[in-house]
Amino acid sequence: MHPALSVIIFTVSSGAGYGLLMLLIGLHIFGFTTDMSENELLTGGVIGLGLVTFGLMSSTFHLANPKNAWRAFSRFRTSWLSREGLFAVLVYPFALLYLFGVWNSGVAVNGFIQVTGFITIILSLITVFSTGMIYGCLKTIRQWNTALTPANYILLGLALGALLLVALRVSFKGEVGLVASLTLVILDIALIAKAIYYFWIRRVTGPTMNTATGFTRANVRLLDVGHTAGTFLTEEFGYIPEKGTVTLFKVLVFALGFVVPGLLVFGMVGGDASAAAALVALISAFLGIGLERWLFFAEARHVVNLYHGAQHT
Amino acid sequence: MRLGLVIDLDTCVGCHGCAVACKQWNTSGTTGPLTDYRPYGRNPSGVWFNRIRHYEVGDYPNNKTINFPMSCMHCDDADCVTVCPTGASYKRKEDGIVLVDQDKCMGCNYCSWACPYGARELDREAGVMKKCTLCVDRIYDETLDEIDRQPACVITCPAHARYFGDFDDPNSEVSQLVRDRAGYKLMPEVGYNPTNTYLPPRLTRPIPTDDVRKDNLISKVKDWANKSVAR
Repeated sequence: MHPALSVIIFTVSSGAGYGLLMLLIGLHIFGFTTDMSENELLTGGVIGLGLVTFGLMSSTFHLANPKNAWRAFSRFRTSWLSREGLFAVLVYPFALLYLFGVWNSGVAVNGFIQVTGFITIILSLITVFSTGMIYGCLKTIRQWNTALTPANYILLGLALGALLLVALRVSFKGEVGLVASLTLVILDIALIAKAIYYFWIRRVTGPTMNTATGFTRANVRLLDVGHTAGTFLTEEFGYIPEKGTVTLFKVLVFALGFVVPGLLVFGMVGGDASAAAALVALISAFLGIGLERWLFFAEARHVVNLYHGAQHT
Repeated sequence: MRLGLVIDLDTCVGCHGCAVACKQWNTSGTTGPLTDYRPYGRNPSGVWFNRIRHYEVGDYPNNKTINFPMSCMHCDDADCVTVCPTGASYKRKEDGIVLVDQDKCMGCNYCSWACPYGARELDREAGVMKKCTLCVDRIYDETLDEIDRQPACVITCPAHARYFGDFDDPNSEVSQLVRDRAGYKLMPEVGYNPTNTYLPPRLTRPIPTDDVRKDNLISKVKDWANKSVAR
C-alpha cells in the first residue's frame, strides 16, 4: 500500500491523544494521582484533545472530496470508518465536561468528574479500536486482517499516551515513579504484541495468482498488464518498499519506539526524573511509532496485486 | 433480478475492444467523465471501468495465453458497499448493480481498498470514486432497440466473448452458459460472492507438430544459414 503521510499522522497523533486522555483520566478518577494539580490535569486534557484534533484534521487531507466529509457519520451500522468518526466526535463533549468539572470544582474526585471521565475513557478506547478495525476488517489485505491490528493500535496509543503523561508529570514536578512503572509495563506489552505481529505476517497465506485467475492446476504468469503507464490501482496498491529499508525501519521501530524510551523511563521508576530524559523518550517514541505506522502501510499487500503479476500477497 | 456478465475466456482474443467501448459510452454516461491524465504525454493514465490483462497458463509446451477482462463483479456480498462511510456506494435491491452516488462520495478510497478485483478507481480530477455501472443508463433505455439494451462492452465484443443477463433466472442465456461450461468466480476464498462469472477455456486436443518438418541435411544448412546471416 502507498503509505500516505496524512493517514500516518492521523493514526499516530490521535492514538497518542486518546492514550493520554485514557491514562490521565483513569489514574485521576481512580485515585492514583492524588498529588496532581488542577493545572496539570487541565494541561494534560488540552494536550490530549489537541493531539486528537490535529490527527482528525490531518485525516481529512487524505480525502479527494472533503466537502462531503460530513456524510461520513451516516453509515455507522456497517462501516468502521464511519464508526471511528462518530466515536471520535462523541469523545469531545464528555472530555470537555470532565475538564469543565475539574476546572469548576478542583481535583477532588466527585460524581460528575467520575461519570464524565469514565465515559471519556470508554469512548476513547472504542475510538482507537475502531481506528484499528478500519484496517483490520479488510479481507483484501492479509497483513491487516488480523486481531493484532486493533490490539496494536490500542497498545501503541496507550504507550505514546503514557510517555506524554510521564513528560507532563516531570514538567509539573509531580511524583513520577508510579506513572513510569505503568509506562514500562505498557511499553513491554506493546513491544511483545508488535513483535508477534511482525512474526505473524511473515507467513504467506490467502489468495494466490492461481486462485485470483481461477487457474489452480498450472503455473500462471503475467504476460502483459494491459496498460502502458501507471493506473490508480498501481499507484495506490503497487507500492513495494526496499527490503533493506524494511529491515532497517524494523530495527529503528524497536530501538526508537521501545528500547530507548523504555531505558529512559526505567531510570525514572525510582522517582528522580529529568525533563530532558522525558523529552528524549517522548520524541524517540513518536519517531519510532511513526516509522511503525509507515511500515504498517508499506508492508501491506493488497490482493489486486495478484492481477498485476504478484504470485502471492 | 441479479444482473451481471459472463466472460468467455475461451474466445476472448484480448483486443481491448470492450474497454474502449466502455470508455466511449461511460465517459458521457451517468458517472462520467472518465478523466484522462496526460493523454498525449509521456505516461498517459486515466479512469477505466474495464481492464484487460494477459496471462500465460501452464509451462511450455503445454502453455496457453489467456486474455482476462475484468470489471466490477457486482458482488452479492460487496464489502465496498458496507465499508463506505458516506453511503455513496450502494447495491441496488432490484437488480444487484453496485453503484457510486457521485454527489455523496468524499473520495476516501476506502471502498477501493475493500475491493479485491480492482474494480474501483478514483477520478483524481473529480475527487470521487468511479466504477462499472453495468451501463445502467443503457440497459433500461426504452428509446433504444431491445437488442441494444445491453452493456457497451457486450455489444461491441467482436469475439462474442461477453454475455449479459439475469443470473437469478435459471433459463437465461448466462445461467445456461454457466451450467454448460462450468463457469467459475474469481477468488472465491475472500467471500465476496461475485456475480460475474468466467467460462474456462475449452479442452482441445493439442495439434501435433512432430510431423511438420523432418530434419535433413538441407534443412540443417538452411537453419545454420538463417541463424548466421544478419538481415
